[in-house]
Amino acid sequence: MSWIDIGHIDDIPLRGARLVKTPVGCVAIFRTAEAEVFAASNACPHKAGPLSEGIVHGQKVTCPLHNWVFDLNTGEAQGADEGRIATYPVRLDGDRILLDGHAVGKRSAA
Amino acid sequence: MAKKLIVIGAGMASGRMLEHLIDANPDAYDITLFNAEPRGNYNRLMLSPVLSGEKTYEEIVTHDAAWYEERGVTCRFGEKVVAIDTEKKVVTGEKGALPYDKLVIATGSNPFIIPLPGHDLQGVIPYRDLEDTEAMMALGAGKRAVVIGGGLLGLEAAAGMAARGTEVDVVHIMGHLMERQLDEAAGYLLRRSLTEKGIRVHCKANSKQILSDANGHVRALQLDDGTELPCDLLVMAVGIRPSTALGKEAGLEVNRGIVVDDHMVTSNPDVLALGECVEHAGAIFGLVAPLYDQAKVLAKTLLGEEARFVQKEVATKLKVTGCDLFSAGDFAEGEGREDIVFRDPARGVYKRLILEGNRLIGAVMYGDTADGAWFHGLIKDATEVEEMRETLIFGPAYQGGAAADPMAAVAALPRDAEICGCNGVCKGQIEDAINAGAGDLGAVRATTKASASCGTCTGLVEQILGATLGDDFVIPAAQSVCGCTDLSHEDVRRLIKSQELKSQEAVWQELGWTTRNGCHVCRPAVNFYLLADWPLDYVDDPQSRFVNERNHANIQKDGTYSVMPRMWGGMTTPQELMAIAQAAEKYAATEKVTGGQRIDLLGVKKEDLPAIWHDLNEAGMVSGHAYTKGLRTVKTCVGSEWCRFGTQDSTGLGIALERRLWGSWTPHKVKLGVSGCPRNCAEATCKDVGIVCVDSGFQIGVAGAAGMDVKETERLVDVPTEQEAIEWTVAFVQLYREHAKYLDRPYKWVAKVGLDWVKETLADAAERQALVERFDLSQSVYQKDPWAERAKPEVARRFHPLADLTLEAAE
Repeated sequence: MSWIDIGHIDDIPLRGARLVKTPVGCVAIFRTAEAEVFAASNACPHKAGPLSEGIVHGQKVTCPLHNWVFDLNTGEAQGADEGRIATYPVRLDGDRILLDGHAVGKRSAA
Repeated sequence: MAKKLIVIGAGMASGRMLEHLIDANPDAYDITLFNAEPRGNYNRLMLSPVLSGEKTYEEIVTHDAAWYEERGVTCRFGEKVVAIDTEKKVVTGEKGALPYDKLVIATGSNPFIIPLPGHDLQGVIPYRDLEDTEAMMALGAGKRAVVIGGGLLGLEAAAGMAARGTEVDVVHIMGHLMERQLDEAAGYLLRRSLTEKGIRVHCKANSKQILSDANGHVRALQLDDGTELPCDLLVMAVGIRPSTALGKEAGLEVNRGIVVDDHMVTSNPDVLALGECVEHAGAIFGLVAPLYDQAKVLAKTLLGEEARFVQKEVATKLKVTGCDLFSAGDFAEGEGREDIVFRDPARGVYKRLILEGNRLIGAVMYGDTADGAWFHGLIKDATEVEEMRETLIFGPAYQGGAAADPMAAVAALPRDAEICGCNGVCKGQIEDAINAGAGDLGAVRATTKASASCGTCTGLVEQILGATLGDDFVIPAAQSVCGCTDLSHEDVRRLIKSQELKSQEAVWQELGWTTRNGCHVCRPAVNFYLLADWPLDYVDDPQSRFVNERNHANIQKDGTYSVMPRMWGGMTTPQELMAIAQAAEKYAATEKVTGGQRIDLLGVKKEDLPAIWHDLNEAGMVSGHAYTKGLRTVKTCVGSEWCRFGTQDSTGLGIALERRLWGSWTPHKVKLGVSGCPRNCAEATCKDVGIVCVDSGFQIGVAGAAGMDVKETERLVDVPTEQEAIEWTVAFVQLYREHAKYLDRPYKWVAKVGLDWVKETLADAAERQALVERFDLSQSVYQKDPWAERAKPEVARRFHPLADLTLEAAE
């Protein structure tokens, strides 16, 4: 793990998401509750809809293009749809959001 | 020749029995139906929703006289049966005698009235039929009522009256409410919920006498300890007694009820009986599920087919909005029994499972009953639960470690899990019906009867539809909003108004949402209802909006956006056109002229949105709201200003309307058109509101459509002046905002409420004015350019990525 500080928790609206550009592509950081964040691939496996623009509900997000729903814990598509989005380790340190740099393809700074 | 069948009593049980009988063989019997009440059969289970105002009487009628007559049944309604001669096989009614080959007695039950002093006073009623319900409904605000009996029926009566503003006291002789269905902890939570609704609950209270006023009308109930509870109406809801008088006189074997065997045959082989008047193996019946089982069996017996009635474990739900409880099986404490208890005081959730050995024998739940059907199934099937014991209380979704998802909970149910308790329909039957083509709730109801009675399993049935059909299943109107709730859009709207729910949290909590904060289906709808009903109290939540409304631009299939500035009434200027041209060049946008007389700029990147908005704002343009469920465009023709046929200034009226209406949120998009003469160049007659100018004034049409459906507008009114045309239009839009279901265009809404109702409402000048005022109040909050607000640097940065980790990587 190499935790990278990517911003303040309040930079993401509650039940919303923001994008982080990474070497593995765009990663969406979801804020599902006051102090609960998830990180996952921004692209829906169906038609590449931007998941960071979806409606966030519970610990799930709905793709804005065709309403595929993904569980942010597992990345699995819900209901009858089949597919999975990559998820990445992310955590909160106080108000700061830390994303695992290794997981998103960044070489260690050391 | 068909044999003669006489049925005494048109109730839910006999109605269902006749359905089965006629469905199976319409010609088997020549049927005559006697009913002492002058009407057919309505769904008694649904009297409580009628009382609380969530349903109307018309909605709960199941079989009226016409229904029976269409099926060749001779109805003798309003006629009492006075005698049965089982020797000669003749039934005598008030208007004459009639012979039978087979007789079915379905006389139901009578409410039990405690013989307290004063029980015969005026204003003392049971809770049994429509008349009782109407008496309670008539009471209304400012009056007081006492309900004796803290069981299912008593509490539904109390909650219904309280919902209508009546002050209610409930008097219950036992230590906690619904003691037959609930344990003390759940009883406590129920009592707390009711107290929060303003209902005063008196447990362990013994009634002594009912006190009279000078006119022989009830004045108060006096308790043993001397307490007097003043009231204008006293409702006794303490139980029922089988109505057995006819059976007894006919010489049939009668104990507590008319005794029947497994085939529903009485002690006389040609006389059958079913419903609340019967006794089977020592038990009598008050809930509907066993009655429907009896109906099936009795119909088969009449047709000479083999069928036996078996008593089953019955689960209970209370039809009081906001009191979500479930109980099934046996939950008394005892030797060798173990409890698993889960409590969440913050959410008011309580769950208790009772195990004996390796099997679940009872379940009591309050506050969160989503898994009730699953537990009920485990109890009925005596499933061994040892392996899942640790996570059992968290429900099916947790068996195997998956997340809590209502769909998963339903998907995990076995095929023989009972979904509809009223009609005894299990999951497999519903799945089979869906696979055979029943694609929506209505079709499932029609083919399986699931959720067709009390309706509490509607949400489950829809989840099965969702799980079976996937994306193909879109929950249609008047069914539950989504899997997060059993309530329909109409219910939610009504309850937001009546309970004054002014935040999303209040809606989730008070209306018993099953999810933490809704889903992509319900949250946008609830967000709209709240902002439409409480413009000053509720703050619009962008995170409850579809991406286009959150980003104030239309997302395209490649993730870029389209931007469309407003051109009032389709008019523009050289300056605006130059600014649009420059913006198109600067942001490499494709330009398209739209059907609504605007210019669309396509292919704009999200990061560029604040900048292009800023540029267009600079040229004096605001958002065209081409992305909202709100006012879109007002399309006009050049009217009397230029056209040799124009009768009025249609362009000017269109601009005035657009300036008045822009920025307002509506249930779905709203498009207007104003044509200067009946040649209708602005295509006004297929718009949500379309005005056609004529020499004498303005013809206002509404409820047109030119999308999935094509429909001409219907005439709302003709008015002589432009000012009146604007007033009627604004009032119509506000009426639509206040009443329509989210995502119903005006033409769909008008089809539901009826144009006559819309006309009547708007014809009242005071009401029209009030609607206009409420619209203007809302506009004082919402009529502002969303682009200007988001073009500000501190807001604009939210349109950029939070961080860019690719730059460092490249170093």
